[in-house]
Amino acid sequence: MNRRPWILGFVVFLVFVFLYAPIAWLAIASFNSSRSLSRISGVSTQWYVELFDDSRVLESLQLTLQLALASAVISTVIGTLAAFGLRRAFPGRGLWTVLLSLPLVVPEVVMGVAMLGFFVKIAGIPLGFGALLFAHVAFSLSFVVVVVRSRVSGMDVRLEEAAADLGASPFVAFRTVTLPLVAPAVVAGAAFAFLLSFDDVVISSYLTGVGSTTLPVFVYAQASKRGISPEIVALSTLMVTTTAVLLVIGVMVASWRARKAGSSAQLV
Amino acid sequence: MSRRWLKANALLTPTGLWLGIFLIAPLALVVQFSFATRDTGVARAVLPWTTQAYLTALDPAFLPIFGRTLVYAVATTVACLLLGFPLAWFIARHGGKYRTVLLAAVLIPFWSSYLARIYAWKALLDGEGLVNTMLGWVGLGRDGGFLLTHGVVILGLTYGFLPFMVLPLYVACERFDFRLVEASYDLGHGRASTFFRVVLPGVMTGVLAGSLLVLVPSAGDFVTPKLLGGVDQSTFGSVIDDQFRGGNNWPLGSAMAVLLLVLVVLVLVLRGRRGEDVL
Repeated sequence: MNRRPWILGFVVFLVFVFLYAPIAWLAIASFNSSRSLSRISGVSTQWYVELFDDSRVLESLQLTLQLALASAVISTVIGTLAAFGLRRAFPGRGLWTVLLSLPLVVPEVVMGVAMLGFFVKIAGIPLGFGALLFAHVAFSLSFVVVVVRSRVSGMDVRLEEAAADLGASPFVAFRTVTLPLVAPAVVAGAAFAFLLSFDDVVISSYLTGVGSTTLPVFVYAQASKRGISPEIVALSTLMVTTTAVLLVIGVMVASWRARKAGSSAQLV
Repeated sequence: MSRRWLKANALLTPTGLWLGIFLIAPLALVVQFSFATRDTGVARAVLPWTTQAYLTALDPAFLPIFGRTLVYAVATTVACLLLGFPLAWFIARHGGKYRTVLLAAVLIPFWSSYLARIYAWKALLDGEGLVNTMLGWVGLGRDGGFLLTHGVVILGLTYGFLPFMVLPLYVACERFDFRLVEASYDLGHGRASTFFRVVLPGVMTGVLAGSLLVLVPSAGDFVTPKLLGGVDQSTFGSVIDDQFRGGNNWPLGSAMAVLLLVLVVLVLVLRGRRGEDVL
């Protein structure tokens, strides 16, 4: 496997082509002058213009961003606590692990219908932002725990012990030693939670209320009637581009700081 | 109770409460619904208790749908493994200081709308799409393109679930001691034998965790089959969806959801403790 890495390299190249083909196509089609996604007939920026004029899309984008942000903050905070709780073995840890793996493996449609029934019939929670937030945190939490836990369990306990030996209080040791060590994983977990909430169609489609339609649900409803609108294609292109740019900046800052600190930086 | 136990449980309490109220309680309610009677007035679930919904769910009429769902889920899992393993291995082994960047590059496409990506595939694969046009140049074009086929649904599902396979596989590959491969070659093993006896057992936790994250969720997905496969490609997930969304028959939808949950539990039990540290 090692002797001819170029074969492996070529396979990996093909997988990346597979991953980026639809994204590249979206970017091209977003500048199409006609509504068609499959046939390019000319170049135009009209869909970007229409996107920023479409108040319905912008409103649901705003709601979706608020929801994703709130969900990411809550699930990152309580998920990080849970990851630390699972750090050392204790009676019952296996049970917690099973509970935490449920949201990862239960199909979304099952979670969606279950929450719909529960919120409407038992809990009396009105459909809309609140219900969406409860649900989104519930299915994002586990991903945060998984990501943060992998970092926490790989952490050298001696570093914290050294801090304590040098006279740091538990709080100071946590803030100056533990937190910087797990921070990259916490950021990755938060990004994960944000993305899961931001892009969720299935569960959200059961829980949106009147006037609180998230963007993916709005797009789904629209798409199943008359295909996807070019504005959404333009928006998707903008989102991927923004992420890629932010990532490049992040990597550059990280490597700059690493060079300054003289040690290698790891993001994930 | 020891201090460590108290501390761990205190840290886990917020998560436990949240999942207990907003996930476990709803799932329990679904189990209750599944034994309820269909209320023909609003098509919802009411008492008395009955197993009618299960009898309906296990009706032979649904067999083709179950079969199709199973084929989709298994094929998607295998395809994700075949694509994800080279990727994870390459990044862990040859990524060097670019590991993080490469891993992030795998995830970037997923920052666009899921539906937009599905429609992009649809556009690429339809009759006048790029793929068909290019295949047409070499005489392999197909009238009407490749939509509404099983292959295309599996392609769409594979695309959607690939990151869930790559991430645990990557964690396992990163922990793998690559010197074992050299040792295996030095001891006279060939490539195949090295792969099956050294590499695969070494990354098995990642393979199991990744398969778990892809198999059951892909069995429940209904959006991808609906958009890429058309109306004839209804799956387990879409049947459940129909029972609830149309308000058709909540007990039946619940019974089917419970059957999927049984599958989840079965897979979790079969997995046992293996792969637990990766997931």
